[in-house]
Amino acid sequence: MINNVATIVKVLISHLRRITGDDAYERYLQHHQLHHLGDAAHHTVLDRRTFYLTEQQRKWSGVKRCC
Amino acid sequence: MKKIFWIFITLLGAFAVGGVAIIRGEHINSLWIVVAGICIYMLGYRFYSAWIAAKVLMVDATRITPAERNNNGRDFVPTNKWIVFGHHFAAIAGPGPLIGPTLAVQFGYLPGALWILVGAVVTGCVQDMMVLFMSMRRDGRSLGQMARDELGPVGGYAAMVGTLMIMIILIAVLGLVVVNAMKHSPWATFTITMTIPTAVLIGLYLRNIRPGRVIEASLLGVSLLLAAVMGGGALHSYPALSNAFDLNGLPLAWCIIAYGMVAAVLPVWLLLAPRDYLSTFLKLGTIGLLMIAVIVVHPELKMPAITQFIDGTGPVFAGKVFPFLFITIACGVISGFHALVASGTTPKLLTSENDVRLVGYGSMVLESCVAIAALIAAALLDPGVYFAINSPAGIVGTLPIDAVAKITNDWHFPVSVDQMQALATQMGETTLFARTGGAPSLAVGMASILSSAFGKGLLAAWYHFAIMFEAVFILTTLDAGTRVGRFMLQDFLGHLWKPMSNTSWYPSILISSALIVAGWGYFLYIGVIDPNGGVNILWPLFGIANQMLAAIALCVVTGVLVKQGKLKYAWITALPLAWLAIVTTSAAYEKIFSSQPRVGFIAAADAMANKLMAGKLPTAQLSIASQLIFNQRLDAVLAAFFTLLLWIIILDTIRVCWRAYTKAPVLPCSETSYVARVM
Repeated sequence: MINNVATIVKVLISHLRRITGDDAYERYLQHHQLHHLGDAAHHTVLDRRTFYLTEQQRKWSGVKRCC
Repeated sequence: MKKIFWIFITLLGAFAVGGVAIIRGEHINSLWIVVAGICIYMLGYRFYSAWIAAKVLMVDATRITPAERNNNGRDFVPTNKWIVFGHHFAAIAGPGPLIGPTLAVQFGYLPGALWILVGAVVTGCVQDMMVLFMSMRRDGRSLGQMARDELGPVGGYAAMVGTLMIMIILIAVLGLVVVNAMKHSPWATFTITMTIPTAVLIGLYLRNIRPGRVIEASLLGVSLLLAAVMGGGALHSYPALSNAFDLNGLPLAWCIIAYGMVAAVLPVWLLLAPRDYLSTFLKLGTIGLLMIAVIVVHPELKMPAITQFIDGTGPVFAGKVFPFLFITIACGVISGFHALVASGTTPKLLTSENDVRLVGYGSMVLESCVAIAALIAAALLDPGVYFAINSPAGIVGTLPIDAVAKITNDWHFPVSVDQMQALATQMGETTLFARTGGAPSLAVGMASILSSAFGKGLLAAWYHFAIMFEAVFILTTLDAGTRVGRFMLQDFLGHLWKPMSNTSWYPSILISSALIVAGWGYFLYIGVIDPNGGVNILWPLFGIANQMLAAIALCVVTGVLVKQGKLKYAWITALPLAWLAIVTTSAAYEKIFSSQPRVGFIAAADAMANKLMAGKLPTAQLSIASQLIFNQRLDAVLAAFFTLLLWIIILDTIRVCWRAYTKAPVLPCSETSYVARVM
């Protein structure tokens, strides 16, 4: 019972982090690990702050909000 | 069993729609509209969207999506469909579906309710889903690119120019709504001003203290905003401070213009991005609360089903129910702007083609629900109160006693000065007369619903919370819109002089931002000095522009269907397109050529010029008369330009369709080729 509740809370939190973009950096690292490990072209991994700033720049370069 | 369920939903829906349409007499309960809405939306989603997905688009779940093919962990990311749904809804839901229905309530609740319920499922939802699908099949290309690829350069340029123009009008009208909400309201002005340092603080937090920790930063920011709402309430105990925030319309407009310029050139992390986190948080939270409250409280609607103003003499905006209802409620039924969002970020996130139904059609259904909730919140007010708040001084007079006399005696919607005064005091305002633009009357409606659902006695706080909530995402749209406009202008100016296209070169940023801000700033300025309230001019222009953009999107989609040999299904988008073409063209025609000065731009300019010549203008208007006359003529040119643009692209689409039908060569289909998904 307690286990179930804990799992549900965990899932909810992970969904909330996903939808708000709170976990964007973790996902970026994961993606990097999976796809670009040892890949010379993608050698440098951005740190959390640089990643956040470049992402904001990219996100706000198109139509993102509506009337 | 399932069949029985759907038959039941159909019957219930028919019963509720019938009830809404037929019940007259005392007051109708809003539950009728809610039930009718839920049934229509369910049926539209379950049957129409499924049929379009299967038969027309031939959605293929075995086909790889751009998110999977180009997965880069950043913009192309396969994402759970409910999360994409949330993102897409947050992107399309803005102040439009709240304000349009509020203004349209001057016709009574019935015309607006029917147009929202029926229009959304057969026009707007279809547009959003089709554009999303087509962009997904083209690696997430934008509407402008798709227009160029599928129809040719004419369509492409029309889409680009249309987008830029609509942005300028949209920002001006939204700025006007905020100015009217803050005018002589120290509380609202204080709260809205405080959102700026709050956003900056959150921006610094997200960059320097805890980079990228969005949830905790948003929680912190929202608590600060709530504190600002409460703080604004205490303002009246400090007369000096309170006076400092008690401003006329014009200085407020200049503040907004200056703010827009600063926001456009600051780095995004400092103001725009953190403000957006806060506004998204507030937006989803408040919309959720409002919908729950509407269902829990299910208030009676005091507005009549249909008012006398369907004849075109309405004080909120002039013009008959046809065509003006259909351009006043744009967002919430069909909005061309959605086509820009549906062909940008969203298609790059879909994991399976099947998800276009939920994300494209479903998000628009939810947006339409927001419009219904706003309509209910406005229609529950006493009609007298609604008209006292929304009628500009130019129509009912500047003195409360005159306004009340006109509304009570001429229009037969009883209201008294005492009643308005008591209401203003309850809401923590000095007056609610002539607060045009929709936001204040919506906030009064929302405050009364929310306070009876979640806490009585907090009316003033709920009112200012609602005003702050509207202002926060209006300002987000203002920032983001100015920025997008700037990019488009830089791209365009880059063709004339190469260095201008460099989006990070400061002189280029400053020049192009200043041009965009000057564009909407001009319309905002005129809207504020216009004694008729400005909304009467700007909202219809915005509606015409938005519906024109929707028509462009439908043209692209129809063209693609015909080119793919699906002529027999082309009516799905061609009929909404034909309807929009009729509505937009006749609205633009009336706005230009109508002989009534309140409707027609040219008639208004002539009437004012004649008064000026005859020396009949009040002295207060002498200094601004020539500006108002010029503006009315400019608006006429603008409306004509929108219509011209619309017909150019319609004719271009017909040309492409005819060539495709007669097997003449057309541009090749730009769809990416089939690649199977790895399951």
